[in-house]
Amino acid sequence: MVDAGDTAWLLVSSALVFLMTPALGFFYGGLVRKKNLANTIMMCFAAAALISLQWVLWGYSLAFGPSVNGVIGSLDWFGLRGVGLDPNPDYAPTVPHQAFMLFQGMFAIITAALIIGAVVERIKFSSGILFLVLWSTIVYDPLAHWVWGVGGWLRNLGALDFAGGTVVHINAGIAALAAAMVLRNRIGYGSAAFEPSNITYVILGASLLWFGWFGFNAGSALSAGGLASSAFMATNVAASAATLSWLLMSWFYKGKASIIGAASGAVAGLVAVTPASGFVDALGAMVIGFTAGLLCFYAVSFRSRTKIDDSLDVWGVHGVGGTWGAIATGIFANPAVNPTAAGLLYGNPYQLLVQVVATGVAWVYSFILTFAILKLIDKTVGLRVSKEEELVGLDLTQHAEPAYV
Amino acid sequence: MKLVKAVIRSEMLDEVKNNLQRLGYAGLTVYEVRGRGRQQGISWRIRGNEFRLDLIPKLMVEVVVDDADVADVVEELRKSAYTGSIGDGKIFVIPVEDAVRIRTGERGAEALK
Repeated sequence: MVDAGDTAWLLVSSALVFLMTPALGFFYGGLVRKKNLANTIMMCFAAAALISLQWVLWGYSLAFGPSVNGVIGSLDWFGLRGVGLDPNPDYAPTVPHQAFMLFQGMFAIITAALIIGAVVERIKFSSGILFLVLWSTIVYDPLAHWVWGVGGWLRNLGALDFAGGTVVHINAGIAALAAAMVLRNRIGYGSAAFEPSNITYVILGASLLWFGWFGFNAGSALSAGGLASSAFMATNVAASAATLSWLLMSWFYKGKASIIGAASGAVAGLVAVTPASGFVDALGAMVIGFTAGLLCFYAVSFRSRTKIDDSLDVWGVHGVGGTWGAIATGIFANPAVNPTAAGLLYGNPYQLLVQVVATGVAWVYSFILTFAILKLIDKTVGLRVSKEEELVGLDLTQHAEPAYV
Repeated sequence: MKLVKAVIRSEMLDEVKNNLQRLGYAGLTVYEVRGRGRQQGISWRIRGNEFRLDLIPKLMVEVVVDDADVADVVEELRKSAYTGSIGDGKIFVIPVEDAVRIRTGERGAEALK
């Protein structure tokens, strides 16, 4: 039975999650050098258009279609065949099946777009969009099936992932690490100063991400009621706690309260609370967020001392924050918030074990497949722009349209 | 005194800055410019279409140096900004009448270092 309130909330949530991808473009764009600002935003914008169509054509069917041995969805729902306006009781019994499909499609878009942060300022635009479509099909869709699809093997194992910590954030964070390793460093990495093009864009992007994340997490309740409200609250609490903890870390270690630090902290907190948002109370969310700010700060500091040019620290924020969130869900899941789950603190250590297994699977699968896809693209059509193009900048050489004239 | 003016690649700024500092010239002025040299910008072909970029973004570095140091500074600048590819830039040396440090009133070479 279609419920008007639930449907309205899910449609609004879908629009909120859509906004996260252009918001990510501004977040990333503000962090890259001026000569690559427009290209970086454009990569995210292109991801929105590409994955929207990929999702309708075959992505949704591979991720949520009738399961083939728990490994992948079949292509029965290709082009939304059979995905109609009646609810699908397996996934969301009170909203049209198409509304559920739309909401999930927005997740597929933002996940692929997240990886862009690791490859900015040097990947060819053409190879970049080819990568986005291949990655979404080969890495995202199967993993989404395992965790969320009816019959998916991680779902059957009992892994808790309220809004996509494993499927979205660990997945994208680890893919980013593999991508940075295949693409190698930007010219001048480690020696030249890479000045962020616009700090205000970073805050603008982070704010819009925060805003969109209410749809991401509270929308994942798939209904407009108590659970959505609780997830909304947990999301806001964790984001605030992590903003402050990262800010304090930057203040303590670098002597100044960093604006980029506060923005990164907000994202780290939102990432960490994503899998937990529908299972934890306010204090649980606060601990998860506060810890995420600290952990991700150290992860980013550690990464910047290595030779791996994960340019905008997708691994440090999404990979590490997502991993912490998945494990924290197994610790803090409170049956008083959501009776379907209990964590370590509520007498269920088994949940923690399941969370670790699901996290490990995501790390291994995402890393190996992403590495292979990028190697394949590199060997066939090439991944990087020429040295001259990289020096001049991608705005001019990929689009002939500079961000600033 | 001479004004040494150099058009360089943006990526080479740190190298240039550090090496000039080693010669005792920590003070300099940098600004963003667009321009072209003998090659008239750059062009490349994408699937048969020629794509041309007429004016390329570069940095202009200006430093005023004592006559005795001009040769060293120019040579150091050239080495620091060098990659060997077309588009490394150009250095100009221009005579300077006088220099005044505003805070102290020192003049000439005194005002430079």
